Amino acid sequence: MALAKLEQLSKSVVQGPSLATGAVPTKDWMETPVIFKEGNFAYPAKQEKVEYLDSQDGLSFPNARIWSPDEDDWKLPENWQETILKGLKERLDKFRSLKIFMDCCVRCGACADKCHFFLGTGDPKNMPVLRAELLRSVYRNDFTLAGKLFGKMAGGREMTVGVLKEWFMYSYQCTECRRCSVFCPYGIDTAEVTMMLRELLHLVGVGINWILEPASNSNRTGNHMGLQPHTFKDNVDFLAEDVESLTGVKINHTFNRKGAEVLFITPSADVFAEPGLYTAMGYLALFEQIGLDYTWSTYASEGGNFGLFTNNELMKKLNAKMYAEAKRLGVKYIIGGECGHMWRVIHQYMDTMNGPADFLEVPRSPITGTVFENAKSTKMIHISEFTADLIKHGKIKLDPSRNKHVKATYHDSCNPARAMGLLDEPRYILDHVVPDWVEMPENTIREQTFCCGSGTGLNTDEIMELRMRAGLPRANAVKHVIDKHDVNMLSCVCAIDRATLSSLMGYWNPGCDVCGVSELVGNALVMDNEKRAMGYDAEGNESELPDGLRTMV
Amino acid sequence: MKYAFSFLAVLALVLIAWLGSMIPGMQYLFGVAIPYLAILIFLGGFVYKVVEWAKSPVPFSIPTTCGQGKSLDFIKQDKLDCPTKTSEVVARMFLEIVAFRSLFRNTKSELHEGPKITYESSRWLWIAALLFHYSFLVIIIRHMRLFLNPVPEWLRFLDFLDAGAMLQVGAPLLYASDLTILAGILFLFGRRLVSRNVRYISLANDYFPLFLIFAIVTTGMLMRYFLHTDIVVVKQLLVGLVTFSPVINAEIGSIFYIHVFLVSALLIYFPFSKLMHMGGIFMSPTRNMANDSRAKRHINPWNDPSIKPHSYAGYEDEFREFMVDAGIPVEKELPPKKDEE
Repeated sequence: MALAKLEQLSKSVVQGPSLATGAVPTKDWMETPVIFKEGNFAYPAKQEKVEYLDSQDGLSFPNARIWSPDEDDWKLPENWQETILKGLKERLDKFRSLKIFMDCCVRCGACADKCHFFLGTGDPKNMPVLRAELLRSVYRNDFTLAGKLFGKMAGGREMTVGVLKEWFMYSYQCTECRRCSVFCPYGIDTAEVTMMLRELLHLVGVGINWILEPASNSNRTGNHMGLQPHTFKDNVDFLAEDVESLTGVKINHTFNRKGAEVLFITPSADVFAEPGLYTAMGYLALFEQIGLDYTWSTYASEGGNFGLFTNNELMKKLNAKMYAEAKRLGVKYIIGGECGHMWRVIHQYMDTMNGPADFLEVPRSPITGTVFENAKSTKMIHISEFTADLIKHGKIKLDPSRNKHVKATYHDSCNPARAMGLLDEPRYILDHVVPDWVEMPENTIREQTFCCGSGTGLNTDEIMELRMRAGLPRANAVKHVIDKHDVNMLSCVCAIDRATLSSLMGYWNPGCDVCGVSELVGNALVMDNEKRAMGYDAEGNESELPDGLRTMV
Repeated sequence: MKYAFSFLAVLALVLIAWLGSMIPGMQYLFGVAIPYLAILIFLGGFVYKVVEWAKSPVPFSIPTTCGQGKSLDFIKQDKLDCPTKTSEVVARMFLEIVAFRSLFRNTKSELHEGPKITYESSRWLWIAALLFHYSFLVIIIRHMRLFLNPVPEWLRFLDFLDAGAMLQVGAPLLYASDLTILAGILFLFGRRLVSRNVRYISLANDYFPLFLIFAIVTTGMLMRYFLHTDIVVVKQLLVGLVTFSPVINAEIGSIFYIHVFLVSALLIYFPFSKLMHMGGIFMSPTRNMANDSRAKRHINPWNDPSIKPHSYAGYEDEFREFMVDAGIPVEKELPPKKDEE
């Protein structure tokens, strides 16, 4: 489906008949079935990808088949209902969060207008409370006394194909960003609910290709792009050459090197596509300048984890490569690149799932001597923590004027903000690498930050309008600082953001670019023996790297 | 329709108690048996539910971080919103439970032409919620004077304060908490009707407890201010209840039985409903966990050690040739090439 024109969509968001604009549906939500049509669903997973994942040890992805959400018959297994209810029971027993979140909601509605999907689509079922009710209604019906006695009157409803389809629709219109959980008086986290919905759907073979294909790629080739080892290496080599031609400094990087002090893992998108490439160039330049003894890995060449968007087993299996590779190579600890959900997995899940990492050492910066006590068990630190520490100790020379072409603002990615508390490290870095940067309005940053609208594997083109709608609150806040402060760069610490915010800015705020914070670090970095290339700026004046690492020479 | 059903349900409860208590001999049922049963179900149900929750583990450390985490020593940690120590978690939970801190953050978003989205602080729900819950608490506490003999001095004092005795409004003295709880209920109910989002999500389960509590408050107020009820007889019964020697010595008006029956209904309803948020808030993993999951390993009891990564050996076997060609170190060299013949 072609993406609506900006004018059209702008109108539709504000005036279109939706709950957000004041048009209250006349029918109760339980009586409103979902209708799938081209453009409102992500394509289902390809049969061979599901079969591949199902064939892997420890994973179960049954019912591989060719199907489409817009057809009536989803070709569900015969006992699908039993499978779902059994799966729900199992998960209630495994996750206290699920039980409590099912029981405690009072429908106060505080979460309703906190969701970017609701603000952008006005669809009542995108209010976090209602998204959770989609599952809660079934839970009530089958797992609570009140529901068993009073059924619908107690808010219960039977598990039907219609309900299943609704689950599919709305668990893939949630990016597990946790913004609603900040405002909920009981801390009910819709991310937990969405995760459970997606897990349950996978039990009967309902999943989307944009998640399962990258997940199977990650499993097989080590990264979600499906880059084979030599290609991955080629890409990084190419970036290293670029850095060299720009700065005149030769980059000495290695792959799969045993005995390196540090293993560096970043989302593979950083070595594959703009504008992430420039972030990766920033890493290469920084590590070269400080002489870090580190290695890339082609086997663990993906920081991101598409398993997080499917189920616990796959998340664990994909994540396990990080420690496995660290152990094989005999490194001391791991540094992770800029990525949102990757850091949710590392910060809140990795040690639990795949630890203890007793074969590693507590991370200690070889340059400053700082011991990262906050990561003493996981033994993995964030590049922003590492860089901020270097800056604090004056171990790198930075010239913010080298970023004078940049007027930046900073986007907090959902997971570092709300599932880690990484807010001020990137800001501290920004303070030192750009001449000036500004914050977006306070209700749209830090723990209240808005999602890019395409996280959790929704970064796929067939749902572009949905993505542009869901990203509107973020784009709108950026527009505010563009209008007020002439911002031209949206910086972030997330690889998905670098891809999705680029589309989002292209649509809502053309002219505003997107970059990783490490790109700005690379731009500002004064390197030993550098010989910076000349280039032309927008006005046609020749100067040294007028566009930083993006300069065309 | 949903509120009509809930309204009728509460009305039915009132009628049952009203008519029932007028049947000779039934006073014992409404005044003694049902209250005992209700307390039992409430306590049993509450404990059961909490135990049920506790039986499920918390497999992962999933606090919602609402501020800067503890990292480098020059980065200031937000100890309340991103706690790492138990004492900090306790402080966060304390404010959550006694001051509804997350609700305090509430904002209202509005869509404007442009499009432009604006957000402004919206504290009405927070205020009404505080008003409602604290009024309820005060009312419950001051009811203790009907169960305790003698009445402790602090309770008398609370009663004195609540009744605004220094203001001398009405006779008998008007309790402030009666007014504030009514205001709270009316706001919470009105909100469910007026706010379109909340109206659309509201279930019968949301209206029922509101109506029920409204009816409890109203009958209580009727008893105190309008339909005179012999407080001495009532107290005799209630003290009897707590000392397990209940007696009904004289006629008590139906209004009392209605009040008690509605309270019993609330107690029975409680453990099976959303009202369990009272217990749940203490156990919500996004709020009651420390954000220290990289410093301290959180244990998942059902973690499955048999889930292994796709092995490096398998990976190298698949790509060894490419790796060797590209100069990437390998564990096992390629087999010597056979001459093609």
